This record gives sequence, C-alpha cells and structure tokens, in this order.
Amino acid sequence: MWKTLRQIQRIGIATEPPPSPDDALRVREELQAGIREVMGRALCIRHIDAGSCNGCELEIHALHNPIYNLEGLGIRFVASPRHADLLLVTGPVSAHMEVALRRVYDATPDPKLVVALGDCGCTGGVFGESYACRGRVSNIIPVDVAVPGCPPAPNSILTAILTAITASKRAP
Amino acid sequence: MPLRRWLNEATPLPGAPRARALTVDADAWREAARAVAAAGGRSITLWAAGGGRTLRAAFATGPGVLVLSLPLAAGAETYPGIEDLFPCANRLQRAVADLSGPRSTDTDTRPWLRHAAWPADYHPLVAQGGPAAADGTAVEVYPFVRVEGEGVHEIPVGPVHAGVIEPGHFRFSVVGEKILRLEERLGYAHKGIERRFQSMALLDGHRLAARVSGDSAVAYSWAYCQALEGMAGTEVPPRAVWLRALGLELERMANHLGDLGALGNDAGFAFGLAQFSRLKEQLLRATEHALGQRYLFDFVVPGGVGVDPAPEALRALGACAEDIQREVVRLREIYDEHAGVRDRFNGAGTVLPELAARLGLTGLAGRASGQAFDLRCDLPCEPYTELRPRMVVRGEGDVAARVAVRFDEFVESCRLLGEILAHLPDGPVRVSVETPAEGAFGIGLVEGWRGPVFVALEAGAAGAIGRCHPHDPSWQNWPVLEHAAIGNIVPDFPLINKSFNLAYSGHDL
Repeated sequence: MWKTLRQIQRIGIATEPPPSPDDALRVREELQAGIREVMGRALCIRHIDAGSCNGCELEIHALHNPIYNLEGLGIRFVASPRHADLLLVTGPVSAHMEVALRRVYDATPDPKLVVALGDCGCTGGVFGESYACRGRVSNIIPVDVAVPGCPPAPNSILTAILTAITASKRAP
Repeated sequence: MPLRRWLNEATPLPGAPRARALTVDADAWREAARAVAAAGGRSITLWAAGGGRTLRAAFATGPGVLVLSLPLAAGAETYPGIEDLFPCANRLQRAVADLSGPRSTDTDTRPWLRHAAWPADYHPLVAQGGPAAADGTAVEVYPFVRVEGEGVHEIPVGPVHAGVIEPGHFRFSVVGEKILRLEERLGYAHKGIERRFQSMALLDGHRLAARVSGDSAVAYSWAYCQALEGMAGTEVPPRAVWLRALGLELERMANHLGDLGALGNDAGFAFGLAQFSRLKEQLLRATEHALGQRYLFDFVVPGGVGVDPAPEALRALGACAEDIQREVVRLREIYDEHAGVRDRFNGAGTVLPELAARLGLTGLAGRASGQAFDLRCDLPCEPYTELRPRMVVRGEGDVAARVAVRFDEFVESCRLLGEILAHLPDGPVRVSVETPAEGAFGIGLVEGWRGPVFVALEAGAAGAIGRCHPHDPSWQNWPVLEHAAIGNIVPDFPLINKSFNLAYSGHDL
C-alpha cells in the first residue's frame, strides 16, 4: 500500500495547467464554463462505434488519462443512451450497425446532440460507401458537429464537444 | 507425405521470409493440411481468390510459411473443409461462403460475416455491382446454440456496449453468476474492406491496410508493403527497415501500456489506469515528436517510411522510453503486491497450454498459454534477424499470465528500441517501387502486438489491386475466448475479455 501512496505522491497532479490564451487548453476552460452554463451539471456522453477501425477509440480513451482529465472538466461517459446528452459516433456506419445506431439515437432523450468523430464519421473516410458501408454518420442520423482527423487528437475532440455545446446554446 | 516434402514441392513466394506456395487438388489440400498439423504447424488464414474459384490457405510451420491454392473444378460449389484439423477454419470457411460463394464440407453452414444487410446469393467479392435488395433495416435471427436446463438463462450483450468498445454481440448462457456457455456473434464492423481494396491502386493500398485495425496500423501497413515490395522486387533501404521496427515496437509498447492500465481498472484498481494511461500519453507524445504522428497510420509506405526523424527527436524518444520503463517496473511491483488485483487476475479466464494448442491460440495470448511462437523469433524479417528479440512465454494461461507477458514484452520492446536507436543505419528512408505485373502474388507476415498479422496481395491489371486479403490474429483467438469464459462468473468477463483484447474491426473487415 505504501508503494501505491508513494507513487501517487511522487507523480502529483499530471493534469496540464492552462498555459496561454491561444493554447488548446483555453478551449478546455471554455468547455467547462460552457457545460456549466448549458447543462448545469455534468455533460453525459454515450459513445457508439458504428464501424470504426478503433483508432478513434484510442483517442477517446486518451481523453480519460490524467493529462486531459476529461471527468475533471465535467464530462462523463455513460453506459446507456437513456442517460446521454450527447452521442459521440465513430467510424463510417457499417450496414450491420445501421439498425443499432438508429435505435441508440431514438433511445436518447431530446434535446440531444450528435458529434461525428474522425474522417470516417465526417465523410466515410478511406472506407467510403459500399454494399457493407453507409459512409458518413449524417447519412443515417442528424449530426450537429463533425470533427475530422485520422484519428482526431484529444484536444480536437474536446473542441468538437465545445462547439456542439455552444451551438446548442445559440439555438432557441 | 511428410511436411518437408510438401514444402520441397512448393515454389518460393515473394514477400514474407521463407514463404512457399503450392497448387493442389482437393485430396492433396486435406493431405497437406494434415501434414502441417502433424508437424505442429499452425493455420494462419484461409480465403478465396480468383473470382471465388480458388481457395487459398496459409500455414506457419517450423521451416517456413506454406500457402496452398486449390482451384475449384468447373461446376464445383464445395471444397473439403479443414476445420477438424484447425478449429479456427470454421469461421474462416463460413466467411468465404458469405463473401465469395464456395462452401466447405463443414456442417455448420450458418453465415458469419453476413448479417441481413445483403442477401445470401450476393457475394460481394465476386459480384460486379451492389446487392439487388439491400435492406439495412432488416433484423435477422441468428441461430445461437441454446443451453437447456433448470435455471439456465441467457444474457445478450451488444453490439453497443456500455463502455468505449468496438461493436460485437456476446450471448451468455448462465446459471446464477456462472457462465455455462458464451457464444460470439461478430461482423457488426464489417465495412467491405476486401472489396474496397479491389478498387484501389497497388501503390495506395497501404493506407487502407493501416486502417484494418487502427491499433495495429504499423503491423498491417508493414505486412502490406512487405508483400508489395516482394512482388515488385524492391530493395528497401536499411534505415527504413530499422525505422519500421521502431514503429512496430512503439505500437506494441503503447498498446501494452493501455491494456495494463485497463486491466488494473477492470480489476477495480483505478490507480493502475491513471498511471499507465499517463505513461501511454507520454509515449504517444514522444512518438509524435519523433515520427510526426501519435498513432503511426501513415508511417510505413511502399519502399520505406514516410518520415526521417531528427536525431534530437530520436534521443528524446529513447530517453522517454527509459523513463517509462523505470515507472513500469515500479508499477509492476505494485500490481504484484496488491492482494485485490492478484485475486482478480489469478486463475481468471484460464486457457491451459493443451487447449491452446488444440484451438490454435496465437500471438500474445498464445504465449501466455505456453504457445512459444513469435514471428520476430521464428520467421524473422529484417531487422529482427539482427535484433534477436527474446521470446516471452508463460504457461499458466490465465489473466495474470497475459498481464505478465505484457509486462515482460514491454521491457523487451524497450530494450529493442534502445538497440534500434543505437544502431540505426544512415541513408535514405524511401525508394520508389515499381508497379508489379498483373497476376503477381505475394504475402506479408508481421508480428503485431496482438499476434501475427498477415496480408495476401495479388496484382490486377494496370497497377490495380486484384485481390487483397488481410488477416488478424483475432480470428484465431475469438473462439478461444468462448472457452476461456466457461466456468467463470459474468462480472469477470470484462476482465477476461480485456486480457485478450481482440480486434473487432480487424476481424470483421
């Protein structure tokens, strides 16, 4: 046990402090304020892999590391679409995931936001459209924000979430 | 006829080291497979080429790789299955029927990669256009094997899971908490990768190969380029070859760090996730600084690598790896001494070496169950011939063993990284690649972090890809996971599943 405690003490807080105004971390400050203003509580995200190569998933996992400290910003990934404010969809939509994706969308309570993640989510990416692939996420469900990248860096994902939140703030 | 004679009859195949190809008839197809099995060889993959009229199977044997080709006689719709010799062939043969048409003699004729999205008489790798009646909204009923008895009930899970995971369906038959049977239903991430390859240029296919399974981007793009360069007769410059190994080991290290953290978390030790995910982020940043990308999707390119890293960035990368290794050694002590973690890891999801050998468990999970195979040692390509990696093998076959293999392999990869950085040759990092002539055939075979990654490549007309078949080691290991779960309790399944960490996208194609 003392080794565990010593390691915690030795490492200290790994979360990056906000260094300069135009740094991506500034986005994080805005993000937290935006979430507080719009939601008044933690933003709940449900992730759906609609057929990705799992590259985008790696960067979503990275958001949870102590350096990006997603939960510290008031963002939580939830286990059910019923609990979600925002759907984070990765991948081109495979034909075999089309039904599941529609069902998840329908099961998410209104008002809901959808962020399509990665080049595939934006355009279908390298996989395109075919007998097995429906291409971009917006071919199947309405998308509020699409963030390009293969995969998008963690800060780009945070920016996309901020963009979705602020867009919803402007909406009547 | 013993294996040696089959290999002697075969002719050299471009690409992977010590690969040979042999065209056989239906009887010899089974006989050769039996000889491979008798000699302790393993099935790599099975696929259909030539407009679905030629079956091919690749095997890894002691002396090298053997690729068998079985041209179907005119009018023949079936071929002899080899699932009795190599159990993993069951799903591979079902996938061939779904995508290309020919059926094996196996009595299990359920579809595997095909769900309701296209009709059974449409074979995407053979047909010219799209399916006539594509219906994405249809939901099919898949005939899972039912377990009968008092108190038995089913728990369906997926394809959308509770965490950040790829899509797949698990059907548990349980009594109380105890798992009597697990059956997987995969194919949800099937996005037509093999057909997509057929619309691409040979010199462009590495981009799609890298995205077959994103966590193994270097392994796939290297295997693809190995096949292509073998077909084209390209001499890849030494510096590029060593940099590819650098990328492959970085990929292994990043994935092992991620898994070690996630496994701690799944055992109820969130401290482990925080620590290892921090170390992984450090490694990814050092990788980006040196090679321009956090994940090396576009690093391996035909003829070499896409970037020539600066010496300063490589030094920083080496220093970063040394720092991380020190931390990993410290964290391993904490995992080893933590009673709760030990209790969850030990004895969970056990696959004993005998079962592992029978089912063909491969790669990292195989080495945790006594299967002493690692392409970097058995069939090394350059620069592993010089690097001489030490193979990590354990015999317990449980979650603890798969964790231990990751720890040991991480340390070994750090050593290899140091060797690579110390002996990195000078010179160019890329040469141009001639377009292979139509009909050229080659294979690539690389030990990714999860296991052997295989790519078979055939040249079409005018520089196009005629056929490309990528194969993930997850095909071998998914069926073994069903066995690993038996007798365990449902709450241990996420931990057991994570300890294998198999690919969905890489499998579903």
